[in-house]
Amino acid sequence: MTRIHDMGGRFGDGPVQPEGEDEPIFHEEWHRRALAVTLATGSLGQWNLDMSRHARESLAVPDYATFSYYEKWIGAVADLLVDNGVLTRADLAGEDSPADGAAHPLAGRALTKDKVAGVLSRGGPTTRESNVAPLFEPGQAVRALRPAANRLVDGGHTRMPSYVAGARGRILMAHGAHVLPDSNAHGLGEAPEPLYAVIFPAGELWAAPENPDDEVVLDLWQSYLEPA
Amino acid sequence: MPHDHHSHDDAHPHALLPSDPALRVKALETILTRKGLIDPAALDEIIDTYENKIGPKNGADVVARAWSDAGFRKALLEDATAVVRDLGYYGRQGEHVVVVENTPETHNMVVCTLCSCYPWSLLGIPPAWYKSDAYRARAVREPRKVLADFGVTLPEGTAVRVWDSTAEMRYLVLPMRPEGTESMPVEQLAALVTRDSMIGTGLAKAPA
Repeated sequence: MTRIHDMGGRFGDGPVQPEGEDEPIFHEEWHRRALAVTLATGSLGQWNLDMSRHARESLAVPDYATFSYYEKWIGAVADLLVDNGVLTRADLAGEDSPADGAAHPLAGRALTKDKVAGVLSRGGPTTRESNVAPLFEPGQAVRALRPAANRLVDGGHTRMPSYVAGARGRILMAHGAHVLPDSNAHGLGEAPEPLYAVIFPAGELWAAPENPDDEVVLDLWQSYLEPA
Repeated sequence: MPHDHHSHDDAHPHALLPSDPALRVKALETILTRKGLIDPAALDEIIDTYENKIGPKNGADVVARAWSDAGFRKALLEDATAVVRDLGYYGRQGEHVVVVENTPETHNMVVCTLCSCYPWSLLGIPPAWYKSDAYRARAVREPRKVLADFGVTLPEGTAVRVWDSTAEMRYLVLPMRPEGTESMPVEQLAALVTRDSMIGTGLAKAPA
């Protein structure tokens, strides 16, 4: 099994509450700041995107269930800052330390206003050269491994949702080789390997699909799959 | 096999900050600013970018061009990343783009069940409902009931294809072009393209 964030297919969540197209994107001032603090601290280069997703998923189950969206973000950023040695627990607790007057060793890496546009427009592509040969091609039948789990680190980060574990589908698209989150989230290297869009009939995934013609497509790495 | 350290961690460090979320963000921002690790002017610039510069109008421009120009549409469906790059819509959370086309046979709908992956460079920051537990949990299992929450009913014979954004590929739906728009220029067409129609929880607007 994975973690509480893995909620695809879950029952009991009630209706979706649509919002008008003109609703403001941020509903509270602190939402703006939470997003900006998250992006700005990310650019210090002390963790990668997979590590930051894993930090959110690693919030305690009651916190994940009750924190609002940006509360999860800011909680995870605080945890990442301490876990990666950027800040100390004393810093977060507001206890002044003797070093407070001295420059932080990472201060030179702080994202400045003039760099923002470039950083955001460059993004962080995840395609890589890889020596892992593609095993599958579009049209081929495959099965998602069961259970859905990180196979490098027990209890670690994976991008395979539980609902697809063991299901049979077929390769729809080959996306080339991408960084493997199961490795990259744990500092074990990018380990790029082929990534595929895999299409599953709804009847493979759900006991009572709404319509037998409906389908779900997931992007799955080669090591999540076996021939079927 | 190594174990994930998070599975038997001490109390999470974030608990040392104030528990009220607004105060928590403020406290962290203050600490980081004092240490020179963030620049408040850079934060303002990030916010301005996503509040005022990058939003659904980028995606609407792409859709309107695809409706108007068969060559553009073909190139977009073959390699959307290259096409949006040429238009200046490449960027963070839009590094690998796939455009999927709605037809009378297939209605496409996008979700991220594991977190909130969304094509930022084309649609901006996702709306709250896209990030909600209800949408993440239900869109893959009962997309038609979710569409009903949005007031959308599909014609008989249209299959739903839900795209769960589990990797860094970002999916944009190319909605069907409304009838009665044959002579419309790109700018007017773009005004018919709603954000929700590009996520797949809505349809493009009919012309007035």
